[in-house]
Amino acid sequence: MTTHVLGDTTVLLGRSLRHVVRSPDTIITTALMPIAFMLLFVYVFGGSIDAGSQPYVDYLLPGILLITVASGISYTSYRLFLDLQGGIVERFRSLPIARSSVLWAHVGTSLVANATSVAVVLLVAVLLGFRSGAGLLAWLAVAGILALFTLALTWVAVLAGLSARSVDGAAAFSYPIVLLPFVSSAFVLTDTMPGPVWAFAEHQPVTSIVETIRHLLAQQPVGTDIWVALAWCVGVLLAAYTLAALAYRRRFA
Amino acid sequence: MITVRGLEKSYGDLGVLRGVDLDVERGSVCALLGSNGAGKTTLVRILATLLRPGAGTACVAGSDVVTQAAHVREVISLTGQFAAVDDVLSGRENLVLVARLRHQPDPGRIADDLLARFDLTEAADRRVATYSGGMRRRLDIAMSLVGDPPVIFLDEPTTGLDPQGRGEVWACVRELAGRGTTVLLTTQYLDEAEQLADRIAILHEGRIIADGSLADLQQLLPPARVEYVEKQPTLEEVFLAVVGADS
Repeated sequence: MTTHVLGDTTVLLGRSLRHVVRSPDTIITTALMPIAFMLLFVYVFGGSIDAGSQPYVDYLLPGILLITVASGISYTSYRLFLDLQGGIVERFRSLPIARSSVLWAHVGTSLVANATSVAVVLLVAVLLGFRSGAGLLAWLAVAGILALFTLALTWVAVLAGLSARSVDGAAAFSYPIVLLPFVSSAFVLTDTMPGPVWAFAEHQPVTSIVETIRHLLAQQPVGTDIWVALAWCVGVLLAAYTLAALAYRRRFA
Repeated sequence: MITVRGLEKSYGDLGVLRGVDLDVERGSVCALLGSNGAGKTTLVRILATLLRPGAGTACVAGSDVVTQAAHVREVISLTGQFAAVDDVLSGRENLVLVARLRHQPDPGRIADDLLARFDLTEAADRRVATYSGGMRRRLDIAMSLVGDPPVIFLDEPTTGLDPQGRGEVWACVRELAGRGTTVLLTTQYLDEAEQLADRIAILHEGRIIADGSLADLQQLLPPARVEYVEKQPTLEEVFLAVVGADS
């Protein structure tokens, strides 16, 4: 049966991607909110925010990209929840297929859909004046970190989709994740924050990821931030994957 | 083909199945009759390897549903209580999807054959979301027949269908029986069991309390008396006559 894992996942991935292609609004709505935030911060708040020497749009883009992913993953739990509710997961599980492929197909779809949304947001940022002289290697590193971040949050979304009792619940878990970048160095320097908030902002995962991407795009050394960022992503990924696998098994015990 | 011995399943303190014994012969149609909450769906889900039994054993085509679940899934297919079809895909895409997942050669041809057999060719490229209840159920059953599995579970296949839809499902089951497929269907409708099944098992409060052919079960009651009753057409007969039974 294990010989089919890849083939079965590909077939189910194709199915799930068709869902995305046939409702392109999911890509648009995912990109819409981060674009709105970007406009708001660049043109409304940006003038009075001190972000150092670089143009503000260059400063805030990494945080905006993380918000894009954080809002995009809620569609994964939404689609997974509907599949579970509609009984099609039971149909798949009664077929002679690798059972894990049902979840991996949703995860793959999330990676593709979020990459598309991120590309849309990036394009708008360029229109707003974002420029980077970063080389191919730095861009690949940025893509890699964003992919890892998406993968980790997608498994959180899978866990939410498996445990939710209503469609609203399946999507609501992502709100705190969307808000996380606001209490970080994504939009403002953390120096002005009061003590406890500063401590939280400095040590929560978003800050290290934002700093890493920002330095990569600005062609500056990434320092230790990249290791902290990777540790957060891998840690969340492993924890969410383990819990999701348990929840999936328990659901059919 | 299906052998169940002492099967138990409980959720917390609630015993849903409390020692079920059941045998279904190869190529026969067995109706599992019971009211809502009798445990029919739980039994079918265990046989379809979707649930683990609490105690007892169940074998399908000689393979244990717990220890040889992968073998069991090769030979069975399940049509659940609610049509498990993908609304976003077309009818053809749904069938091709299952054919690919069953690792069949030439999924396109299998889909076309089944679409024709279930009178869905015209609707083949429409999204399933636009189908009527009867069409969804037909597609659902067609998806279960991909790859000709020798054992088919139908969980309340006619619940929620109009009389025409029900007639269509009945015709499907008869055709399956004609081809030698083993069918275990659950129903709460007595006439459905009477019409379709070679063997009827009555599941009540987690146990099989009666099991046999219709004639066997009839013998549980006092012998037939001859009565003269004026034969009125049933409402179903009237309904089908006025709307046209083949519509």
